[in-house]
Amino acid sequence: MAATADRRLYARRRRRNGVMMGCAYAATLFGIGWLVLILGVLLWEGFNGVSLQVFTEMTPPPGGAGGLLNPIMGSLILTALGVAIGTPIGIFAGTYMAEYGRYEHLTSVVRFINDILLSAPSIVIGLFIYEVMVAPMGHFSGLAGAVALAVIVIPVVVRTTEDMLILVPNALREAAAALGLPRAYIVRRIAYRAARAGIITGVLLAIARISGETAPLLFTALNNQFWSTDLRAPMASLPAVIFQFALSPYADWQRLAWTGALIITGTVLALSIIARALTASRKAS
Amino acid sequence: MKIAAANASMRSAASTSVPVAVHAAVDTKGLPEKVSIRNLDFFYGASKALKNITLPLYGNKATAFIGPSGCGKSTLLRVLNRMYDLYPNQRATGEVSFDGEDVLSPKQDLNLLRSRIGMVFQKPTPFPMSIYENIAFGVRLYEKLSRSELSSRVESALRRAALWDEVKDKLSANGLSLSGGQQQRLCIARTVAVKPEVILFDEPCSALDPISTAKIEELIDELKRDYTIVIVTHNMQQAARVSDFTAFMYLGSLVEFGPTQVIFTSPKDQRTQDYITGRFG
Repeated sequence: MAATADRRLYARRRRRNGVMMGCAYAATLFGIGWLVLILGVLLWEGFNGVSLQVFTEMTPPPGGAGGLLNPIMGSLILTALGVAIGTPIGIFAGTYMAEYGRYEHLTSVVRFINDILLSAPSIVIGLFIYEVMVAPMGHFSGLAGAVALAVIVIPVVVRTTEDMLILVPNALREAAAALGLPRAYIVRRIAYRAARAGIITGVLLAIARISGETAPLLFTALNNQFWSTDLRAPMASLPAVIFQFALSPYADWQRLAWTGALIITGTVLALSIIARALTASRKAS
Repeated sequence: MKIAAANASMRSAASTSVPVAVHAAVDTKGLPEKVSIRNLDFFYGASKALKNITLPLYGNKATAFIGPSGCGKSTLLRVLNRMYDLYPNQRATGEVSFDGEDVLSPKQDLNLLRSRIGMVFQKPTPFPMSIYENIAFGVRLYEKLSRSELSSRVESALRRAALWDEVKDKLSANGLSLSGGQQQRLCIARTVAVKPEVILFDEPCSALDPISTAKIEELIDELKRDYTIVIVTHNMQQAARVSDFTAFMYLGSLVEFGPTQVIFTSPKDQRTQDYITGRFG
């Protein structure tokens, strides 16, 4: 008797398990399906437009031939400058929070505000920079764009730096202190070294994050149809060009927008893979 | 019956502080006190972890702190180089003098103090750098040595730690690539290289296998010639083997202090007797 009851119970459990597993698979397929579709269309449409011209010529007028050289250059400049401004600030703040002020009230306040900044809509950041930089200067500029991107970089780097430094065991700090090493040495030579891969990963993720940002650039760097590396003038960028060209009625502009999207996606993908590899090497060591 | 009586005496001793049993029979007069601890109290926040500790640490001798878990022996060790200062809400009151210098003074230069009172921890903690750098790192900070002087300092430190023969061909390998016992000897070499006067060992063998343990005990015996050694250990045989003096602590108080062979053969306090014979702890 007991055996048959058990068997029935077991069969029911198996059935329920089958249904749940089926739901899980379906949800996974649904999610991945869209992703594959997006990437597929992007690859198809993007590769159609890839040519040497894309990397050597300026954005064309409607109907003309041209490439994406000025927005590619603009994106490189804006991203590099944004990271150059944001990374030191982020690392310094994260270092303070993990190494110097770990038990201070200020740190929990900063962490809370940083978390808000981390999830703030980027268009708000664009508007903010518009108010404090673009409006007083009287015109859009590459510099304002870079600062807006830096504001997005900072919270990402603060968070990862703090997290990675907190993962460094206190035993290592104590061991260094026991040799008579000053605090600054312990941070620089021991804690940074132990957390290096993680901190670099954070910076890479921040680059990936800002390289696709459009909204903050529309309010700050705007766009530029021509070659310009002048930080005081409006500057072209891939996201802004994609935004403009994709919405245009011209087929050749639309094709360039696809190609631009492919370039950004490829860059972000490469950065993510490097970040992954670094994280893996950190775990291995 | 005897155990019950011992427990009763323990309880009463913990609440009222019974004078420490010190063995006057053995002559310690000629010995220089490298570190003198007097009326030391220690607090983690509001809770008192050390109660009125008074204890001498003699120069070029090894002193062992023994006692059951939570008795405060590691806490006491961490007072000697002010390691507790890294954390908030920990404070010590009383007097600790090191060659006549006030260790607990707020004006004390902690980096200098710690370069003179080295410490080896329970878990081996090699820095994430090469074996050579692990040792050279601390030395460079306090001394300006030429490249060859530095190399010979590294070599002599590794020889002192009985590690030279095992690593001489791979000095540029990462310190983390060594085995646990080797890592611990690397940490000892690192400590010895900055030429401290006192070396504190915080259960240095508890994460190691018996062979590595034997090597490190031998090493401690060796190091006594040049350094004052303090060792916290859970292992009573280890205390008996390596130390000249033993302090038995219980519930934050020092119960008994004296020459190791006296503590282990004829302790005065019933609690010490019970602990070393394995009745509790």
